Amino acid sequence: MTRTLRNALLGAAFGLALAAGPAGAATIKVGVVAPFSGPFGVVGKSFKEAIEVYQAEHGKTVGNDTVEFIYKDLDQPNPSQSKALSQELIVKDKVSFLAGYFFTPDALAVAPLIDEANIPCVIFNAATSAITEKSPRYVRTSFTLWQNTVPLAEYMAKQGIKKAVSAVSDYGPGIDGEAAFKTTFEKHGGTVVDTIRMPLKSNDFAPFMQRIKDSGAEAVYAFLPAGPATLAFAKAFNDTGLRAAGIKFFGPGDLTQEPDLPALGDAAMGITTSFNYSRAHDSAMNKAFVAKHKEMFGSYDSVTFTSVGAYDGVHVIYQMIKNGGGKIDGAKAVESVKGMSWESPRGPLTIDPDSRHVTQTIYLRTVEKVDGKLENVEKQAFPKQPDYGYKLAK
Amino acid sequence: METMFGIAVDGVAYGMILFIISVGLSVTLGLMRVVNLAHGAFAMVGGYIASYAAQEAGLPYAAALVVAVALTVLATLPLERLLYRRIYGSANELAQVLLTIGLTFVIVAGINYLFGPTLKRIPLPDLLIGTVELGPKAIPTHRAFVIAAGAVTLLGLWWLLERTDFGIRLRAAVDDPAMAAALGIRTERLYLATFALGTGLAALGGVLGAELLPLEPYYAIRYIVLFLAVVAVGGAGSIFGSAAAALALGIVDTAGKYLIPSFGEFFFYAALILILFRWPHGFFKGRTA
Repeated sequence: MTRTLRNALLGAAFGLALAAGPAGAATIKVGVVAPFSGPFGVVGKSFKEAIEVYQAEHGKTVGNDTVEFIYKDLDQPNPSQSKALSQELIVKDKVSFLAGYFFTPDALAVAPLIDEANIPCVIFNAATSAITEKSPRYVRTSFTLWQNTVPLAEYMAKQGIKKAVSAVSDYGPGIDGEAAFKTTFEKHGGTVVDTIRMPLKSNDFAPFMQRIKDSGAEAVYAFLPAGPATLAFAKAFNDTGLRAAGIKFFGPGDLTQEPDLPALGDAAMGITTSFNYSRAHDSAMNKAFVAKHKEMFGSYDSVTFTSVGAYDGVHVIYQMIKNGGGKIDGAKAVESVKGMSWESPRGPLTIDPDSRHVTQTIYLRTVEKVDGKLENVEKQAFPKQPDYGYKLAK
Repeated sequence: METMFGIAVDGVAYGMILFIISVGLSVTLGLMRVVNLAHGAFAMVGGYIASYAAQEAGLPYAAALVVAVALTVLATLPLERLLYRRIYGSANELAQVLLTIGLTFVIVAGINYLFGPTLKRIPLPDLLIGTVELGPKAIPTHRAFVIAAGAVTLLGLWWLLERTDFGIRLRAAVDDPAMAAALGIRTERLYLATFALGTGLAALGGVLGAELLPLEPYYAIRYIVLFLAVVAVGGAGSIFGSAAAALALGIVDTAGKYLIPSFGEFFFYAALILILFRWPHGFFKGRTA
């Protein structure tokens, strides 16, 4: 009771303060749904930090309007919970934008809501290609597995690798990765000798290593969701002598995301990945981005791909507000950013008008030690990569 | 043939790791009749202490291991005094489950707050890095070390529980606490010592198994099913039963994943169901040791 009362009073006070402000000024609210606690809590933290960095750099106002972020915690993939939280944001908090969404099912669950309420939804992460097909109000500033895998598979084929094996976690994104790899690699003359789907909850990877070894492949394409399984996989790869046997290790950059690198240790050295962002990306803008994190939060250890996903997502939201001149109409707002191009800490970005997903440079990186810290060092860039998976899956 | 050999070696190696991280639970569950769901949390605490000792304090691996086991035991002894003592005995099963799962959540949140949600590692000494050749099959040196450590633990526990005065008193205290107390056995002290043994073994397992089950705050919840499976199949309180169960499950799981990876954990749980169907009390029925 007292809490409701206090909120009501606060609301009243806030309302008065607003009324006293300059004419026409309003607060535009953005609801962010992401994991802020639990095993994936580090994701929500990186979202929030990136948002705060963006607001520190670009101010909290667009025109006369103040942009306010409201955070909702969704600690694990849970579509119904995602829908409930998003609905609460729309109905109760009256948000003009939805944003965040780390897991694919959570992002998919809000499609009917954003269509009914006519609200744009800016996805900071969820990487399954099919998501943006489900509603014209989705915009995505992260990456997809197809986007990362196609250039990697082409690169592998160009390196003269003839026989490769894919080993992916047995769930949506893993299967996307496997399909993207197999299609592209075989198109360029390679052979995929075995496709291994590993249970998500595997602890011991020795049997898969034995299978990779027995397949006679020269290289392995691996995808696992970031976390303990990835660590165990990379370790097993080294420990069972596959690396010593000269088998090359490739995968999308989720494998070697920055917060996990210290734990991977030297086991990660030399793993080649393709990804849209490396913390070690050499540009003035990225250096400033990383430095601002250090300045505001004391450390830049949490800066990784989810940080730029959120940072660029906020940029798109600011642009939509600007384009609407303070009035937000969901469908028009999305329309107004189609084809928008800008420079991000990760490089040049363009929102593809068709898929509403960012076309971006994908980098080929190798894990190396930089000033005693393991980093993904960029070796090669493949500019203007679209989402190859859009409208491909049935 | 080579494949069979490979599966056998990998399976035994995985099984031994399962054994070493589950045997502590077998001690508390079987000998003290406490469903200690916080076992995983204790293992995790041990792992984190070792990680901190090795990385921040710069201790060598062996020293970090000893420090981790000692500190975990010291840190959990007050818990025995304050909490566990109240829930001993099979009449308190619901209280045991509620208390220990609550304790697990507290430890998870505490570790998350203190060390953050990222993965932690325990750096291995050079001696344990690399591979050992076993005929056509190479296994990681660290795993060979864990197998050896598991064998030593197995024999040591057997000796302690079957061949020492402590073991005799403990078995007496478990079978009939009132009678044992009447004969002058100080059951409270015995229970305290056994609890310490259980948490010490948990910490040992947490440190040695960290290469396979990486340390992160949700370790405590993520792997508890695995530990319970091994103890249930082995028969609570039976040291040899735990070892047999861990090896059987390790080999079945490895073979299944190698031959038909897309079936996932199917073989592990199918084996679990079949074994418990045939031997509802586990391989070695819950005798005291």
